[in-house]
Amino acid sequence: MAEVAIKSQDFRLKAWLLDDSPGSALQARLGRFYLGWRAFARNPLAMTGLAIVLALVIAAIFAPWLSEASPLEQALERRLEPPSAAHWLGTDPFGRDILSRILHGARITLYIVLLVTLLSAPFGLVVGCVAGYFGGWVDRALMRLTDVFLAFPKLILALALVAALGPGVENAVAAIALTAWPPYARIARAETLVIRESGYIDAARLQGASGARIIWKQVMPLCTSSLIVRVTLDMAGVILIAAGLGFLGLGAQPPEPEWGAMIAEGRRFIIDQWWVATMPGIAILIVSLGFNLLGDGLRDALDPRQR
Amino acid sequence: MIELKDLEVWYGRGADRRAAVQGVTLRLEAGESYGLVGESGSGKSTILCAVAGLARDWRGEIRVGGRARGRGRKSVFARQLQMVFQDPYGSLHPRHTVETTLAEPLHIQRLGGVTERVGAALDAVGLSGAFRYRYPHQLSGGQRQRVAIARALILKPKILLLDEPTSALDVSVQAEVLNLLVRLKEEFRLTYLFVSHDLGVVAHMCERFAVMQEGRIVEETEVGNLRRGALSHPFTRELRQAYGGYRRHG
Repeated sequence: MAEVAIKSQDFRLKAWLLDDSPGSALQARLGRFYLGWRAFARNPLAMTGLAIVLALVIAAIFAPWLSEASPLEQALERRLEPPSAAHWLGTDPFGRDILSRILHGARITLYIVLLVTLLSAPFGLVVGCVAGYFGGWVDRALMRLTDVFLAFPKLILALALVAALGPGVENAVAAIALTAWPPYARIARAETLVIRESGYIDAARLQGASGARIIWKQVMPLCTSSLIVRVTLDMAGVILIAAGLGFLGLGAQPPEPEWGAMIAEGRRFIIDQWWVATMPGIAILIVSLGFNLLGDGLRDALDPRQR
Repeated sequence: MIELKDLEVWYGRGADRRAAVQGVTLRLEAGESYGLVGESGSGKSTILCAVAGLARDWRGEIRVGGRARGRGRKSVFARQLQMVFQDPYGSLHPRHTVETTLAEPLHIQRLGGVTERVGAALDAVGLSGAFRYRYPHQLSGGQRQRVAIARALILKPKILLLDEPTSALDVSVQAEVLNLLVRLKEEFRLTYLFVSHDLGVVAHMCERFAVMQEGRIVEETEVGNLRRGALSHPFTRELRQAYGGYRRHG
C-alpha cells in the first residue's frame, strides 16, 4: 500500500514538473531543470562523472570523519608500510596514512578548482560578452588583450608567476586563473556575436534597455551553458596543472597533503614502495576523469542545438 | 505621426559602403495604416530599422510624433513606437518565460503594476493566463507572434512598426494574426507602418502603400487604385500580375 502511495505521489510530482501550462515562474523553472536533468541522467557515463565529482566533494567535506588517522601526524616507526587492514592504502615515508592524506588532499584540490573557476569564468564571460556585444574598438582592444594571455603556454606562465610570487596554493591559483580565462572570453564572444543579431536583442534596444542591461539579462544567460561545459572540461586540466605545480614544489607546501606533492614525495620509493606515489596518482586520474565525463554529459544535456 | 524626408540609409564604410535606401520621403497620419511593398532587398525593412533607431548610418530627416530622431537610441521613443519582427522564432528570448518577456519592458521603463499589465497584454492578444509561464519552445509560431505583439503593445505605444509579421506563419494562422492586428489597431488607436512582400496582405491591412525597388519608392498610391488596377509604374503592375491578377481568386 505504502509503495503505491509513494508511486502515485512520484507520478503527481512528475506531472507537476512537466505541466505544459505552469502556474508559477518557479514551477516553469523547475520543469526546465527537470527536463535537463532527465537528459543528463539518461547518460550512464555522465552519471559516473557526477558520482565521482560528488565523491570528491563528500571526501573534502567529511575528510576528518572518513579517516581517523591524522594526515599530518608523523609516526616514523610505521613508515612505508604496504596497504593493510589498518592502513588501506599504506603509509608514506613519515608513517602517515595515505588514505587519510588523499581524503584531506581532496580539500586542497577542490579549493583550487573552485577558486580558479570563480576567478576566471566570470571574468572571461564579462570580457567576451562586452567585446562581442559592443564590437568596434572595444572588441579589438579586449580581444588583443585576450590574445596576449592566450599566447602564453599555461604551465610556463604559471611557473613564472609562482617563481616570482613564491610557492603556495594561493599563488598557484592566481597563476592558473590568469591563464584560464582567455578561452572563456573567446567562447562568450563567439556566442554573443550570434545572439547580438537576434530579434529579442533588437526588441530590448527598442524598449530602451541599456547595453549593460542587455548583456546582463539577455546575452549572459545564453552564454553560460556552453561556458559551464567548457569550465567543467577544463577542471581536469586545472587539477593536472595544480598537481604539476605541487610536484615541482611550487604549489601546496609540505606537510600539506596535496596530491602532486605526494607523488613527488613517493618518487624516491617508486620501485620498492610503489603505493606511495601510485595512490595519489590514481586519485588524480579518477578525479580528472570524473570532471571530463561530467563535462561531456553536461554538453550533451545543455547543448541548445540538440534541443 | 511619422515623417521621413530624403532618407538615405547605408551599410558598411568606405569602399564597402552600399546604399540600402535612397531619397525616401513619406508621411504617415495618426491612425493610418501604411504599407511598404517590395521584393526582398528593396530596402523596406531597412526603413523600419531606421525609424526604430536600429540602423546607425543614415542621413536625412526622421520625425516621430513631431520629434526629430537623433543618431542615438532614445529611451523616450520607446513609449511612442514599438516593432514586431518577422521571425517569431528568433524574436523571443529562448530562456525567458512569456511573463519575463512581457515584464522586461515595464522594468526598463520603470512602470509599476507589472502583474496586471502583463495579464492585460496577454488578454489583448487573445492568450489565456495558462501561457503566462511558458517558454517559447512550448508555443506555436502563431502564439509566439502574439506574445511578440503583446510585448510591443505593453508600453502602450502609438505607432507599431510591423516587419512582415505573418510571413513566417502558416496561411491559416496568418489570417488570425492579421485580424488580431486589425482589431488591436481599432482598440488602441494605433498607427501602423506595415512592411510586406505580399500585396494581398497589404491590401487587407492598409489604406495607402508605397512600392519599393532597389532602395527607392517607385510608386505611392491608395489601396483602391490597386483594386482598380490604376497603377502607374511598370514594376507595380508587374507585382500585381505576379500576385495572380490580385483579385480573381480572392
